[in-house]
Amino acid sequence: MELGTQLLQYLLSGLATGAIYALIGIGFSIIYNATGIINFAQGEFVMLGGMVTVFLLKAHHLPLWAAIPLAVLIVTLVGFLFERLAIRPLRKATPISLVIVTIGGSILLRGLAMLIWDKDTHSLPSFSGDDPITVAGATVLPQHLWILGITLVLITLNKWFFSHTISGKAMRACSCNPRAAALVGIDVRRMVLFSFVISAAMGALAGIIVAPLTMTSYDVGGMLGLKGFCAAIIGGMSSGLPTVLGGLILGVLESLGAGLISSGYKDAIAFIILLLILFLRPQGLFGKPESERV
Amino acid sequence: MLELIGITQLFGGVTALHDLSFTVKADEITGVIGPNGAGKTTLFNIVTGIYRQTSGRVLFEGQDISGMPAEKLASRGMVRTFQNIELFGQMTVLENVMVGLHSRSSSGLFACSFRMPWSIREERRIREEAMQWLEFVGIVELSGVMAGNLPFGKGRLLEIARAMACRPRFLLLDEPAAGLNSKETLGLAELIRRIREQGVTVMLVEHDMELVMDICDRIVVLNLGRKLAEGTPREIQDNPQVIAAYLGDDD
Amino acid sequence: MGGAKELLKYGLFAATILLAPYLFSGSYLLNVLVFAGINTLLAVALNLLLGYAGQISLGHAAFFGLGAYASAILTTTYDWNPWTAMAVAALTVGALAFAIGFPVLKLKGHYLAMATLGLGIIIQIVFNEWVDMTDGPSGFSGIPNLTLGPLTFDSDRMNYYLVWIFVLGCVFFSLNLANSRIGRACRAIHDAEVAARVVGVNARLLKVQIFALSAMICALAGSLYAHVMTFIAPSSFGFTVSVELLTMVVIGGLGSIYGSFLGALLLTLLPEFLSVMHDYEIVFYGGLLMVMTIFMPDGLVRVMPALCRRLPSLRRAKEDADA
Repeated sequence: MELGTQLLQYLLSGLATGAIYALIGIGFSIIYNATGIINFAQGEFVMLGGMVTVFLLKAHHLPLWAAIPLAVLIVTLVGFLFERLAIRPLRKATPISLVIVTIGGSILLRGLAMLIWDKDTHSLPSFSGDDPITVAGATVLPQHLWILGITLVLITLNKWFFSHTISGKAMRACSCNPRAAALVGIDVRRMVLFSFVISAAMGALAGIIVAPLTMTSYDVGGMLGLKGFCAAIIGGMSSGLPTVLGGLILGVLESLGAGLISSGYKDAIAFIILLLILFLRPQGLFGKPESERV
Repeated sequence: MLELIGITQLFGGVTALHDLSFTVKADEITGVIGPNGAGKTTLFNIVTGIYRQTSGRVLFEGQDISGMPAEKLASRGMVRTFQNIELFGQMTVLENVMVGLHSRSSSGLFACSFRMPWSIREERRIREEAMQWLEFVGIVELSGVMAGNLPFGKGRLLEIARAMACRPRFLLLDEPAAGLNSKETLGLAELIRRIREQGVTVMLVEHDMELVMDICDRIVVLNLGRKLAEGTPREIQDNPQVIAAYLGDDD
Repeated sequence: MGGAKELLKYGLFAATILLAPYLFSGSYLLNVLVFAGINTLLAVALNLLLGYAGQISLGHAAFFGLGAYASAILTTTYDWNPWTAMAVAALTVGALAFAIGFPVLKLKGHYLAMATLGLGIIIQIVFNEWVDMTDGPSGFSGIPNLTLGPLTFDSDRMNYYLVWIFVLGCVFFSLNLANSRIGRACRAIHDAEVAARVVGVNARLLKVQIFALSAMICALAGSLYAHVMTFIAPSSFGFTVSVELLTMVVIGGLGSIYGSFLGALLLTLLPEFLSVMHDYEIVFYGGLLMVMTIFMPDGLVRVMPALCRRLPSLRRAKEDADA
C-alpha cells in the first residue's frame, strides 16, 4: 500500500476509536461539570456496557437489538446505585476522598465483573456484518460507520439536552454555581445523581459499540477510561464539541503512532499527551486561559 | 514602605480599581476604608500577590513586587491575615504559631529526619519563641487547643500571633475587627498599637469606622475603584466628599 | 521524635519486630513477613506524601519498579556492587522525582491523581517495551542476593532482618520528620495552603521535596525487592499495586506512620491466609477502599482506641440488659 492510502487508513480507524474516546470523555465531563468529581469508575461503565451485552447474548440468547437497550438500562442502574451508595454517603468529601472512593468503586466493579463472568476476552458480533467497504483504497468496516453514526447522534442529543431541556439547563446551572442553583430551587443532589446516570448510559453505549472491534473483558475499563479522560482534558473538560475533537485527535494520533512508530508504545502516546496538556495547557487545547492568578 | 503607582485592575469589562496611587509610610498605621464594592479587597489581593494588576506598579521598600508569590513576600517581611481567618485547623494553637517561624528556621529534610543536634536546638528555640508570641497576643493558656476548635475572636488573635512570628516589617490586616464583639475590638486596637511599637508598619482594610478613626495615623478612602481622599482621621472626618459618599450614606 | 513516650513506643515497636522471628516458627510466615516489610516501606513513603503533605499519587508503584529495575540491571547486566547500585538507584529516582515533581505537583486534587496515574502507566509501558534492557513482560531474572561481609541474604530469616532493619530506619526517620518543622509545614499546607504560604512556607518546594523523598524510599524498597526475589516482572509495578498501596495507607490512617505499618501488615497477611481470597482480592481491595473512606476516614489507628474505649461500656450495657 502506498503511503497516502496507508495514512488514510490510519486516519479512518483513528477517527472511529477517537469517537469512542470522545463518548467516554463526555461522560467524564458531565459528572465533572455537575459535581467537580473526576469519576475514576467511568471506564468501568464502558466495560460493563460491553460485558453485560455479551452476557445477555450468550447466556440469555437475546437478540442484539434487545440486548443493547437492556444492557444500557442495567449499566445506568449501576451508575444510579454508585452515586447513591458511594458518592452521597461521603461525609468529608475532599478531592482526595472522592478520588479514593471512585477508585475503590472502579476496582470493585472490575472485580465483580471478573467474578460474575470470567477473565476471558469476549467478542460481540458486528451490528451489520464484517464486509469491508473500500474508500479511496482504504478499507472501513461497517462497525466503524456505526460507531461514527451513533456517536454523532449521541452528541447531538447531549447538546440538545443541555441547551433545550429544563433538566439540562438546571444541570448547567449547578455546574456554574451549586449554591445559587440551590437557592433558586434546583435540587442539586438530584442533578448530581442525574449526571451519574447520564454518564453511565453514555459510557455503556460506548462500550457496546466498540466491543465488536476490540473485543471486551473485565479489565478493558481502565485503559478506555483513561483515554476518555485524556480526550476530556484535551477538550478542557467540556461536555460538547471540544471534547469530541479531543477524542478524535487522540484517536488519530494513536492510530498514526501505532502504525508509523511502534505499536508497543501506542498506549503511552495518550498519557504523554495527557501529561503535556495538564502541564502546559490545563484549560484544554481550545480553551482560553483563566484570568491570571498568581 | 509601600508605594502604589497607578494601579488599575479590570475584571472582564468591570474596572475594579482605576489609576490608584498612594503611599504607606514606615512605622505608621494606615487604614483603607470605603463602601462595599469600593475595591478594598481587590487592592489587598494585588498588594499581597494573589491578583496580578492590569497595569501600574506596587513597590515594597523601593522594589517592584508585582506578582511575587506569597512566600517570597513573607521572606521579604510582608505578611497578611485573612478576613475569614485561615488557621491550620487540625494543628494545635502552639503549632500554628510554630509554622509562622518556619521561614526563620533552616533545618533541612535530612537534619530533621536524623534529629541532628542543631535541629533539636532550633526546634527548642522555635517552641520558646512561639510561646512568646502567644503571650504577646494573650492566648498562651490555649496553646494546646486544636486551632479548629477556637472561638472566632481567639482565632483572630492566633492568626495575628502566627503572622507576627514571621517577624514582618509590614503587616496587612484584612478586616481584623470583622466578627468581633466590641470588647474584643477594643483589645484588638490595643494589640495593633503594640504591634506598631514593635517597629512594624501596619495597613488595614476595615469597616469598623470607630476602630479606624481610633488607631490609624493615615486613612485612604476608596470609592468605586478610585481614591476619594487621603489624610489624617481628622481630615477625613471633615472632608465633605467623604461624608457625602460614605459617612453620610452610612448613618 | 520528641518525648520519652514516643521513644518508648518506638522501642517497643523495634523490639517486637526484631524478636518476631523467634516467636513464630515456620519459614512460610517469615517469607510473607519479608513482603509485609517491603510493603510497609512503600506505604510509609506514600503516607508521607498523602497523609502529611496532602498530595495524592497513583503512580508510586512506578518508583518502586524503577528502583527494582535499576538495581537488577546495574548488578546483573553491568556487574555493579549491589549496595552501590542501591544507593545510585535511590538517588537517581529521587532526583528524577524532584525534577518531574515541579510540573506534576502544580496540579491539585483530581488532576494530580490523573497525572501521577498517567506517569505510572508510561513507566510501566517502558518496563514492558524496552525489552533490550528489561527483558520485557516475561521478566528479568538472575538478580544476585545481597551480601554483607560473610553474610548472604538468601534465607527467609536473613531477608526478614535485611528488610525490617530498613523499615525500622525508615519509620524512625519518618517519625522524626513528621514531628519537625518540615512535618509541621506539610500539615499546614494540607490544612490551608494559602495561609501557609503567606507566613513564608514555600509550599511548592516543600511538596516537591516530600515527593522526591517518598519516591526515594519506594526506589529503595524496589532494590530490596529485586534482591530478595532475584526475579522481577513489570506486572509487579502496575496500577493495581499503586491502588494496593493506597488501600494500605487509607486503612492504617492518613498521616499515621504506625498506621501504614498496620495497613501494610494486614493487607499482606490477609490474602495469604485466606486462600479463598485469591480470586476475590480486587473486589476486597475495592470494597475496603470505599468502606474505609466512607465510614472510617481516619483509619484503623485512630478508630481502634475509640472502639476499645467503647467496648467496656457496650459490655456493661449488655450486662445491664441481661440483669
